[in-house]
Formats: sequence, C-alpha cells, structure tokens
Amino acid sequence: MTGLVLPKIDRSVLKRKDSIVKSLSNFTNANNILSDPDELKPYETDALSVYTQIPLVVVLPENTDEVSKILKFCYDENIKVIPRGAGTGLSGGALPLQDAILLGLGKFNKILEIDYENKCVVAQPGVTNIAITQAVQHKDFYYAPDPSSQLACSIGGNVAENSGGVHSLKYGTTTNNILGMEIVMMDGTICKFGGKSLDQEGYDLMGLMCGSEGLLGVITEVIVKILKKPQVVRAALIGFPSVQDGGDAASAIISSGIVPAGMEIMDKALIEATDNFSKAGYPRDAELLLIVELDGTESEVNASFEKVEEICKKNNCSSLKLSKNEKERLSFWLGRKSAFPACGAMAPDYYCMDGSIPRGKLALALVEIKKLSQKYKLPVANCFHAGDGNLHPLIMFDGNNKEQLRKTEKFGADILKLCVRLGGVITGEHGVGIEKRELMCEMFNSNDIQQQLDIKKSFDDKNLLNPGKVYPILRKCAEQGRVHVHKNKNKFSDLPRF
Amino acid sequence: MSTKIKINSQIFQDSNNIYYPKDEIEVSNLIREFYKNNLSTEIVGTNSKYFIGNKTQTANKISLSKLSGIIEYFPEELYIKVKACTPIQEIENILEKKNQELAFEPIDFGFIENGNSKKGTIGGCVASNYAGSRRIKVGSVRDHILGFKGVNGKGDIIKSGGTVVKNVTGFDLSKLIAGSFGTLVALTEITLKVLPKKISSSTIVIYIEDKKDVYKLFEKISSSTSETSAAIYLPNEPDSDDYKKNRDKIFKFNDLKFTGPFLALRIEGDKNSINEKIKTLSKELNLDNFQNTTLGVHQSVPFWKKINNLELFEKTNNNILRCVITPSNGLKMIEYLSNKYKYYIDWGGSLFWVEVSAKKNDKIKEFKKLANEYGGYLTIIKTSLDYDYGEALFTIDHARFKISKKIKKSFDPKRILNPGKMYRGI
Repeated sequence: MTGLVLPKIDRSVLKRKDSIVKSLSNFTNANNILSDPDELKPYETDALSVYTQIPLVVVLPENTDEVSKILKFCYDENIKVIPRGAGTGLSGGALPLQDAILLGLGKFNKILEIDYENKCVVAQPGVTNIAITQAVQHKDFYYAPDPSSQLACSIGGNVAENSGGVHSLKYGTTTNNILGMEIVMMDGTICKFGGKSLDQEGYDLMGLMCGSEGLLGVITEVIVKILKKPQVVRAALIGFPSVQDGGDAASAIISSGIVPAGMEIMDKALIEATDNFSKAGYPRDAELLLIVELDGTESEVNASFEKVEEICKKNNCSSLKLSKNEKERLSFWLGRKSAFPACGAMAPDYYCMDGSIPRGKLALALVEIKKLSQKYKLPVANCFHAGDGNLHPLIMFDGNNKEQLRKTEKFGADILKLCVRLGGVITGEHGVGIEKRELMCEMFNSNDIQQQLDIKKSFDDKNLLNPGKVYPILRKCAEQGRVHVHKNKNKFSDLPRF
Repeated sequence: MSTKIKINSQIFQDSNNIYYPKDEIEVSNLIREFYKNNLSTEIVGTNSKYFIGNKTQTANKISLSKLSGIIEYFPEELYIKVKACTPIQEIENILEKKNQELAFEPIDFGFIENGNSKKGTIGGCVASNYAGSRRIKVGSVRDHILGFKGVNGKGDIIKSGGTVVKNVTGFDLSKLIAGSFGTLVALTEITLKVLPKKISSSTIVIYIEDKKDVYKLFEKISSSTSETSAAIYLPNEPDSDDYKKNRDKIFKFNDLKFTGPFLALRIEGDKNSINEKIKTLSKELNLDNFQNTTLGVHQSVPFWKKINNLELFEKTNNNILRCVITPSNGLKMIEYLSNKYKYYIDWGGSLFWVEVSAKKNDKIKEFKKLANEYGGYLTIIKTSLDYDYGEALFTIDHARFKISKKIKKSFDPKRILNPGKMYRGI
C-alpha cells in the first residue's frame, strides 16, 4: 500500500501519556479509559483495515457533559481527538493517530425518545441504524436511510458520513432524514442545531454537519424523522443480454417518470458469484441483472411495473421476474446483499470503489471499466446503485503479489478519475476519509478546498479534531482511493455491503 | 466603512449606481475590488423578495440579474443547471415541456406585495430556502440543491457539490448557502434536482366544526400510508365581514360548497392511485363523521397555487410572520391565535403563516417567545410600514450566533456581502 502521510506527531503528547490518562479520569469513570496496548488494539482501524494505527488512549464517555469536558481539556492541552462511532466506515475516517485520543461514542447507545406525534426519534449517536427502525416498526414506521452495514453502523456515524443505501433515490440520504442534533465542538461548547420542527432559521449548521466526517464536531444526539411504511413493496429481477441494453433500460426507467424505491445493477461476474454464494436464483445467462423495487399503493406499483416491463422489453430484456410475496422479494435482495462476501470468495483480495456518475453514463462506465480490466489484466465485478448512479466496482487481486497490488491501485484511481470525467464524483456514500483524500484535487481547485478548510478552521481553530482526513495534507494528487479487503478479513466482513 | 471610493471597474452601472456584472468573472472582479477597498455591497436578483430581512447599510449594490439562462438540462438525469438569476418561471416552463418540475413548490411572494405574481429568480429562492406546501413530502429547497458556484467575500469563485444525487465529497456547502440570504456568497450557478410531475391531483376538503379536530386529523394524515403531498388548515377568522368576503373570493371553487373553517389535503398520482388513496384516507380519517368534498384536478391545482402564493394576505400592509413549530404544540398555537389574527396552517400542522396588524407590533415579541417554547421559531417575513424593529426579524441563540459569525468570517472576512441582512454582526 502506498505510504500514507499523516499529521506531524506531537512528541510532547506522547511523553505526557500517563498524565493525560490521569487527567481524563477527572472527567469520566476510570473504566472508560483504555490505555493498555492490548485494550487499544481493537481500535487500531475501522472497516478500511488496510490502514492501522494504535491510538494514544481510547476514551469512552457516557454523556454529553463528559464529552464536553474531555474536548475542552484536549483543546487546552493541544491534544488531537479522533471521534469514532461503530467503526464500520469504509474510507478510514476513524483511523487513529499515534498522538491522539480516540473518542468512542459506543456508550451513547440509548434511544432517548420516540415521538410519534411529531414523527421523530431522539437517539444517542451510538444507536445502530437498524435499532431505530426496530424501535418503531411495530407501529409500521421506519427510518428510511438503510446503508448496507445497518446492523452495525451507528446513527452518529451515519450523520458524519451522510450515509445512503439502496433506497436513497426516492427517500434521500441521512441529510434529508434528520431534524436536529446536539454536538460538542472542539473547545467543549455544546450546541443544538435544528430540533423536532422542520427546517431552521439561519445557516443550516445541521446540513453542514451531515457528511463532515468528524472534522467539525462530535455528535452527541440525533433527532431523526420516521416514515410510515408504504402499503405495497415489490421487486423485479430483470436480465439483459448486454451491458448496453441493461444500462439503457435503467436510464429509460428514470426518464419515464418512475421513481423506483431502489434500482440496482450487477454484471455477469457478480450474477454468477452471488448466485453461487447465496443461491438467489438469478438469471445466469444474462450479461447484466437489474433489480427494480417499487413501493406505494397497489395500483401505483402495478401501473409502474407495467411501464417498467414495457421499457425493459423494448431494451431486449431476456428475463423478467416479479416478486409474488415478501419472502420472494427478500430473496431477490439476498444475492445483491452478498455481493461483497461473494467477491471475497472469488479472489484473495478485492478493492471496492465508490464513485458516482450520471445515470445515462452507466453503460459507458461499464464498458470503460471492462477495458481498464483488460488493460491491467485484473478481473473486476460491478454492482451499481443504478437509480442514483453510484458505482461499486470490485477489483479482484492478490495482495501478496506486490505488482498486482500496484496495478490495482492504479486501476482504482483510473476508475474514480473516469467517474469525474463522466461528470460524476469520487465518492457517493463511503466518504473521503483517509483513502480518497488526495483525489479531492480531481474535483476541487485550491479555492474550493481553501474555502472548506476555512470552515473547518471556524469550528476547530487548532485543527485538533480528526486532522489529516478528507483534505489532502500535501495537496498533491496521489493515486489512491479504494477499500482494500484481504481474504475477507476486513472488519465486519459478515455484513452485507451495497 | 467608507463608501465614497470609486472602484476601478468597467462593469456596467445604471443611473442608480447598481452594478450589473454579466458573468461570474465580472462578479468575482467586482467583489475583489470591493474587498480591496473595504466596501460592502448589497446583492440582489430581481427584487421579488426585497422586503425579507434587514435593510443592509451599504452604498453599493450588485444586481446578479444578468446571470440568467439555462446552462444544461438533462431530464433523464433529473437535474437542471442554471445561472443563478434565471427566472423561476423560465425554469418551470422548460421543465413543464418534459413533464418535470421543481418539486419543492417555490413560493410566489409577489401577491403579498402587490397582488401580482412575481416569482423572482432561482437564486433568491435558494438564498431564502422557503419551500411550499409539498415540503412535508419532498423536503425543502435545500434538499433539491445538488451543487452551486458562487463568489465569496474575497472575490474567489468557489464551487461545491455536483450534478449527481449521491455525493459525499467534501463538506456539503449547498446546505449552508440555502437560506443564507446572500451573506456568504454571491451565487452564480445552481444545479437543482428535478422530479417527474405528478400525473394528476385531487384535494379533499374537510369542514371543521370543532378546532380540536384539526390536529387529530393532521396526526392521522401524517400517519397514513396514503402519502399526502400537502395538508393545510384554513380557519374562518378573525370574525370580520371584510376578512370573510376576501377569503370567500379567493377560495371560490365550484365544489367547495361551504364557507366555514376547513382542512384540505392533497393527493397526487395517477387517477387509479388517487381513488385508491382517497378510499383509504376516508377510512383512516373517519370522513363519514365530517362534511367533506373533493376537488378534482382542475380545482385542486389552482387551490394549492393560491395557498403557495399566500394570496390570503394579498397586498398586505401589515406584518407577515412565518412560524414553524412542532405539530404536537399546534392546538395550543391555534388557541393563542384564536379570533385575533388572520392565519392559516400549512405543512401538515407545522407552519403557521400569520398576519399581525401594524397596531399590534408589540405582540410579535410574545408570539416569538411562544414559537420558541413550542419547539420552533418565528421569522418576520414582511414588516408593516411603521414597524419599529424592536424585535429582530430573525432569531438565533448565542451558541449558534457564535458559530454563524465564524462561518461568515470564513466566507466573507470583511463582511462585504449583505452585511446585517439576517443578524447584526453577520
């Protein structure tokens, strides 16, 4: 892996470790402070496990007041702080630093209030995404954003990354589904943005916090919007004889005025891999598989599926299967959900990319990626959130072969640059974190980046909160940017990844 | 700040000394010049919302109105990129041809000003972030901005976002810009998400005898699986002949047989799904217990236009307040307003539009306190002629003010752009 430039280590902090640990015990129970190398080891990485670093100390505060005191102390003492939710992030956003305190929000794991009258849930940041839906589903409500790691990822982390999921085309990402939050700034100031009511006057600080990757403040409470479950949800598996046909069909569905709840594409390599893995019953003869999910009322769903069928037939689909019941619908998703582990079974290592492109360029992107695959002589499997143009090409390689690793890195960077060239962006939902930092220059010029850094400074004037992430340290465009998984041994390898 | 200095600029200035830059380079050069000379400036579009916010104490004025036109429109990609001061009407027209729309329903503030439509520009719409009735279903203006380009207070051209919906590359500055009233950047380019236009719409109007039913119904509507795209309550008060005459004149529809207070909700989709939803809603809301009527598409569409255009307050000389609270406190707010003010409730019980007569300026303070207690806020959108500015137009708490001031500084360190438009010192 290419060497990673990290912020300059403050040796004086390393020397003060014992006194720092002692001071921290003034703010939280001593049991919440981990400083033994064995205790620190589990925190050395997030789900981008190719990068590891043991932090100075791990603190697991229990309430906002403790967070505030700890941050104030770190601010006064010039100690860096890395906030961490569940550690499921795929871009290394929670990678520790040697001279930094890792602030884990794992103990903030309670749902504080369920308010059906105002259609919201007040949750602590460590509550998992799925737990929110689970808390309200008996009344047929749910929380819409559904990142694939929803079993484990925390709502605080979702806010920090502005997580999406398969349903974000229709229901938006995290930023469109939260109403308010409480944060603690680096100097210990506690602020509330938004609330239970809609929108807010003045600068939309809540919107700014969403997707800020832990650089602006520590989230200590989130108010999320809950929605009533739709009456009918149905999915279809549609096979196509060519990449062009499938890509065109996906694009035509959107331009026909249908807004699917979810629309996913998998290429031949993945159809086979996932079907071997999960026995989902996918059309193995197809070059490309489209999964379309629609929701709404019975007649709405039926009418839209009629249109979808018509469009797909016009684009030469080779098979079309509509789910007859909930069980079958879930089985359609099973294969798609096991795309990542299926790749892990096919090669010793894989890199997962996360670019976004205009929907109309899907077929072109697939063709170009195939060409790159031939050029680099490395197999690639593709799954896309076709509805919103979010690509997850998975490059398969053997990490023990240094030459292959180097080629994979180049291949990955070429894909992300292709995304930008096609009018897209370098990250759709995994975040920039540490891994795509240097590629920021592909999208932004120095004015753009300077403005963002100035905002960072207005929240964190000493650059102590999650430094070294998102923005290139040297402002040079190195060729990096992907998730590296070795022998399926990444953290949470059992989690489905979309 | 001295305002007497003549800046070195070739940019067109009209007889009122308003600058009209023709592209983003000229905007950048102009603001850079202002920055160098410590000159502040007002930023305007076509002035459709000039009455919102504080008067800026600047001698210079930049009109961005020449930055107009569609840059690119890809219906199949569901986005449109336009220059910042493209008229909303022009955008709506081009989208209409492809059966698409700006789903957040921009508010037409022209009617409260002089009774005529004046939709203004997309830049003004984004800078104020006031979404119409469909907010409850599709989100606010800010939720539809995919990216922008603009000039900050140093004269630097900056951009954020892009044209794709899934994008987490860097801070989401589009959110900050929405509702910033031109105090952070002079917008030059905006990319908006567009959505397919709904095939048809119907409106169920429910006659309300007992005010206690208003929020019971709002609650049932927001808990329904039959997505409603708008829900309002229109009372029949204050009890004056003038008011009633005016109200009946505005909301005159063939199928709207009663004139008392009513709640109205909109259902959108194709005809079959509308019928299906009406059937479900009738059951969920126990509509048999209420006198009710349904407006078909030809009445439904103009009905919601009138709501969105604030026509109830047409040509007002009074204060217009926009108050957002949590629905759970709505009934208490109704009781407070009861028979004293002209108002209606939008956003399924969250948004109160209230007219407070000039003579009752002092009441605004009390009202604002209440909005705060009820989990929300109150903005004075339009002031009466004799308004004494005793109560600030926008409200902010200390912690947010501190951060907002720093954010302002990061974009506009010398407070060149629309200083004081929202808050003193920002």
